[in-house]
Amino acid sequence: MTTTAEPTARELGRARIRKEDARLITGRTRWTDNITLNGMLHIAMVRSPVAHARITGINVDAAKQLTGVVAVYSGTDLDAEQSAIPCAWPINAEATPPRHVSIAVDTVRFAGEIVAVVVARDAATAKDATELVEVDYDDLPPVLDMEEALGDATVIHPDFGSNKWVTFPFDSVAAGATTGPTADEAIAAAEADPDSIVVKRRWRQQRLIPAFMEPRSVVVDPTGEQLTMWSSTQVPHVLRTMLGVSLGLPEHKLRVIAPDVGGGFGGKLQVTPEEILSTLVARRMAKPVKWTETRSESMLSGHHGRDQIQDVTVAAKRDGTVTALKIELTADMGAYFGLFTPAVPVFGAFIGPAIYKFPSYAFVCTDVFTNKTPTDAYRGAGRPEATFAVERIMEELATELGRDPLELREQNWIKNTEFPFTNAGGLTYDSGNYEAATEKATALFDYAGLRREQEERRRSNDPVQLGIGVSVFTEMCGLAPSRLLGALGAGAGGWEHAAIRMLPTGKVEVVTGSSAHGQGHETAWSQIVADRLGVPFEDVEVLHGDTQVSPKGMDTYGSRSLPVGGTAVVKCADRVIEKATKVAAHLLEAAEGDIEFQAGRFSVKGTDKGVSIQEVVFATFLSHNFPEGIEPSLDSEYTFDPENFSFPHGTHLAAMEVDTETGRVSIRKYVCVDDVGSVVNPLIVEGQVHGGLAQGIAQALFEEANYDEQGTLVNGTFVDYTLPSAADLPSFTTDRTETPATSNPLGVKGVGEAGTIASTPAIVNGVLDAIRHLGVKQVEMPCTAQRVWRAIQDAQGGAK
Amino acid sequence: MAQVRVTVDGVEYADDVEPRMLLVYYLRERLGKTGTVVGCDTSNCGACTVHLNGRSVKSCSVLAVQADGGEVLTIEGLARDGELHPVQKAFNECHALQCGYCTPGMIMAAVDLLGDNPDPDEQEVREGIEGNLCRCTGYQNIVRAVQSAAKAMQPGAERPAEAPAPVAGGN
Amino acid sequence: MIPAKFDYVRPSTVEEAVSALQQGGEDAKVLAGGQSLLPVLRLRLAAPSLVVDLGGLAELRQIGEDGDMIAIGAMAAHHDVMRNELVQRHVALLGQATETVADRQVRHRGTLGGALAHADPAGDLGPVALALDAEFVIAGSGGSRTVPASEFFVDYFTTAIGENEILTQVRFPKYTGWGSHYEKFNRTAQAWSMVAVAAALKIDGGTISEARVGLANMSSTPVRATGVEQALVGQAATADAVRAAAEHATEGTDAPSDADAAADYREHLARVLTGRAVLAAAG
Repeated sequence: MTTTAEPTARELGRARIRKEDARLITGRTRWTDNITLNGMLHIAMVRSPVAHARITGINVDAAKQLTGVVAVYSGTDLDAEQSAIPCAWPINAEATPPRHVSIAVDTVRFAGEIVAVVVARDAATAKDATELVEVDYDDLPPVLDMEEALGDATVIHPDFGSNKWVTFPFDSVAAGATTGPTADEAIAAAEADPDSIVVKRRWRQQRLIPAFMEPRSVVVDPTGEQLTMWSSTQVPHVLRTMLGVSLGLPEHKLRVIAPDVGGGFGGKLQVTPEEILSTLVARRMAKPVKWTETRSESMLSGHHGRDQIQDVTVAAKRDGTVTALKIELTADMGAYFGLFTPAVPVFGAFIGPAIYKFPSYAFVCTDVFTNKTPTDAYRGAGRPEATFAVERIMEELATELGRDPLELREQNWIKNTEFPFTNAGGLTYDSGNYEAATEKATALFDYAGLRREQEERRRSNDPVQLGIGVSVFTEMCGLAPSRLLGALGAGAGGWEHAAIRMLPTGKVEVVTGSSAHGQGHETAWSQIVADRLGVPFEDVEVLHGDTQVSPKGMDTYGSRSLPVGGTAVVKCADRVIEKATKVAAHLLEAAEGDIEFQAGRFSVKGTDKGVSIQEVVFATFLSHNFPEGIEPSLDSEYTFDPENFSFPHGTHLAAMEVDTETGRVSIRKYVCVDDVGSVVNPLIVEGQVHGGLAQGIAQALFEEANYDEQGTLVNGTFVDYTLPSAADLPSFTTDRTETPATSNPLGVKGVGEAGTIASTPAIVNGVLDAIRHLGVKQVEMPCTAQRVWRAIQDAQGGAK
Repeated sequence: MAQVRVTVDGVEYADDVEPRMLLVYYLRERLGKTGTVVGCDTSNCGACTVHLNGRSVKSCSVLAVQADGGEVLTIEGLARDGELHPVQKAFNECHALQCGYCTPGMIMAAVDLLGDNPDPDEQEVREGIEGNLCRCTGYQNIVRAVQSAAKAMQPGAERPAEAPAPVAGGN
Repeated sequence: MIPAKFDYVRPSTVEEAVSALQQGGEDAKVLAGGQSLLPVLRLRLAAPSLVVDLGGLAELRQIGEDGDMIAIGAMAAHHDVMRNELVQRHVALLGQATETVADRQVRHRGTLGGALAHADPAGDLGPVALALDAEFVIAGSGGSRTVPASEFFVDYFTTAIGENEILTQVRFPKYTGWGSHYEKFNRTAQAWSMVAVAAALKIDGGTISEARVGLANMSSTPVRATGVEQALVGQAATADAVRAAAEHATEGTDAPSDADAAADYREHLARVLTGRAVLAAAG
């Protein structure tokens, strides 16, 4: 038995540098596309260039004749086996979702849909052959605009009969979350009341592309007893089950591995047509196959995010007290449903009231089909949209009332003495302290000083105007209490699983159902176990992402890993201690009740007798003289189901400069103080905030997936999608307050999406604050220089 | 087929390749140098950055045959004698990576930048790595890492206290 | 993604290169630094039967002084152009514009000749060559000919280089002691210019005695802003005078409308950025 080091004094809260970096900074990585297997064949997809058409003919003869091509399949060849891409959360219990085929059979419904599959000896030949496949299309009118789709446009799924999938309503009174008038009644009353004000606005959440850096890749090996799939996925466990269910394959005959995965941001929270088709082809060929997408293929066919029209109404007393909030969404599903497509906008329903004490609240979401790439989860998934709606309308209300935006927010927010607090969406916020975060943020930001500078620039008519954007947000993390998911018709629970294996030499294997793809679980989970078991951080190995190694899990998304998966690890470690206590009592010849455990050592109360956990582990390995009733193993498992969501919050402040001559927007200063509860690793938390901010800012300023009138994605490459580079972003000032969550023993809340959720409205509020005095009322996202310049021109023209 | 003779990470190779084979695929598929990755098809993301004859290049925008007679350094050849390059260490210490997919290219770009400008200010770092996209970090810790590596690479600089992650796996 | 198949030659003399092009016919493509060509091939927007790689022509990488001209080999990499002392001293505007081309990696491979021959109207170097009256030396089967910049840019991605010809050298007159500035406006650092303005000024005793102004992405080719140049000459470089002169920036332009910017916005930008570029050039 060996121990490599004394356990460290305090692991939780320590800025450990990451374990997983060692392989990533040296190129010793295991991306799916690295995998090469004997006899492996390569797949390339032929994709529809048109958005909506009947397929009247496919000729694959020339492609098949190319040397090196092994097979070419059209939709008719594979239709009997392909079943449908699953939707785990259809929202609408009344209807069956339109069949989402992996390969189109007779109709294509978005540009990028697969129409033929080429299998060849090498990837280049497969690609060459795709150009030889001839497909005849009989064009149908593309339905691209959501409002037109709801009108008398062509029906995209004739079997379903409508482009409207469902209207999902939430009413705080009907839900029992508030008493008194409904939101509609309160708004009507306010409209009739001279002492009240009603502010209505319409905004667009543009369509975004997740743009994870590692293109998706799938390798399927059908040889051996279990069919093995490597996939660049966030959800190996979900994928295994869904593959089984969809294709009718016995689940125990499937093994899914997510090796190193290069980012996801929701974009790899999916069961994809390519995964299904690779499986079908591998089975037919009885050979391993690989499919790796190109970036342009990824942009076109991987699911997109956001894409909503938001109609937002707030009612308030003239003194600033809010009386009602109504959020009406029209959400673009694209052509088909993915895993969570219809649920994503609905996910914002419950968090809509945000930090505010709205006495009545209504939310209604209409899910619409269009001939575009399907939408689904993208970092934040529903919460960025809801937060944008509420933080923008609060800004508009402040403007209409001539109030300082922070002061108006504070007037209406839940005070730190009022927790736990049930919001008008029916969520119970366990903890929070908006005052503390805001106080810290305004001090770091120099709020008063920047307001003075803003005044000065306005007075001097400076060509570069300054605006201050505010966003005080909360969100819901830690997906999710299974009973709540059940009540909402989800097809899965929200628990997470962990197992701990105590190896004879005192080393520890932690098996987690969370599936990291950049989040640093290997480091954070090691810290948790080192802290709990008192073993050295270096002695812990975290295993994940392979259903054979980690057979049970719900994977990583929705900022759930630490609050749910991390808690499972804590509870599991406690089980190890419980078992080890029995062994220690035996070894120390003491009663179990007299054994104390601290910092990796079991001792007999009031004596200096004790044994280390490593000694207990080794004794258990030998189990030479164990009495009856002691299991010769300390290995443990735990499946944790959270009782509640967790609710990170924070105050984000953006100082935005607008060059009024060109419209160019730049970030002068960005300060955020986030409260993500207790922190396991501040280095990782800070990194998550930085990256989150960059993506939220990218929505506000840079990114949008644009379609032309034919339904072609026109900026589907990294040349024109304009992802920000280092030269396009500033350094952020980030800080924290720590109000522990009460719903889990770590007190953690989740941090993966906070920056993205909070920053978009902060930036847009800041842009508008800089130019509102010029008469500008609105700039659509992304706030490009041209849009800002034109908004100023229009406002000035209107003033003449 | 065309012949290519090239030294990669100190080892000389000679191969027949299709002229259309990009340097990055030659590295990955012929030499097994999978540390260098492909992130896009328009030469924007820089994930495939290696050094060719001492200068950073995007190996997706160089044909393998164009590297004929040349010397290539990839992320896999950067550490010497088991000792990580200061930029690798700094990326680890400053938490300059999350998913790690952009990291090989980002590190190779940063090493090239520091060879050219040993003491860049923040703006110079940001512009110096503008050819490399990262979706995880918001770049802030990458910038910090490059500046920290610059300090560590100054003559007489001391190493920070906390040990970096080991080079080899399975320790 | 992988390009379609092609044949490949790497000639070692200009004559060999020209004859390879002749033999390759219509579908032959010249490969210089490859930073525009390779992405095009990877996306399979072009599929040449033959690629003629100029990478073996070391003499085309030379940068030197030739009387009152600075002669730059077409295969000189951007990085070498912008770091060259002769360029910095005599053709500073070229160095400044070259520094903004794409990113470090691309500047290591990409070449002056390749960028100019590619003739993307949004390219950074076209307006510089045009404004500075560069000369283009073009080799063909009958020997070399020299084309002035004013005749070099013909249309979108089209130049005076003939089918079986190769651009071998670009020659710039010396602008020693001139003030210059390249003002680029793009959506993100990596993006092509929405509009860019290249400006060089000779100032004698506080008065602008000569001016050169070129615009990127304001037409199907780079545009020389002669109206601005004329309006500047004889003026003191004051903000008001420069702004008045910059009003002429859109004369002779035919600004495109695309997803990046509508024509009227480009025209507005051209005026604003011209003012800024000229003021910066004046120091």
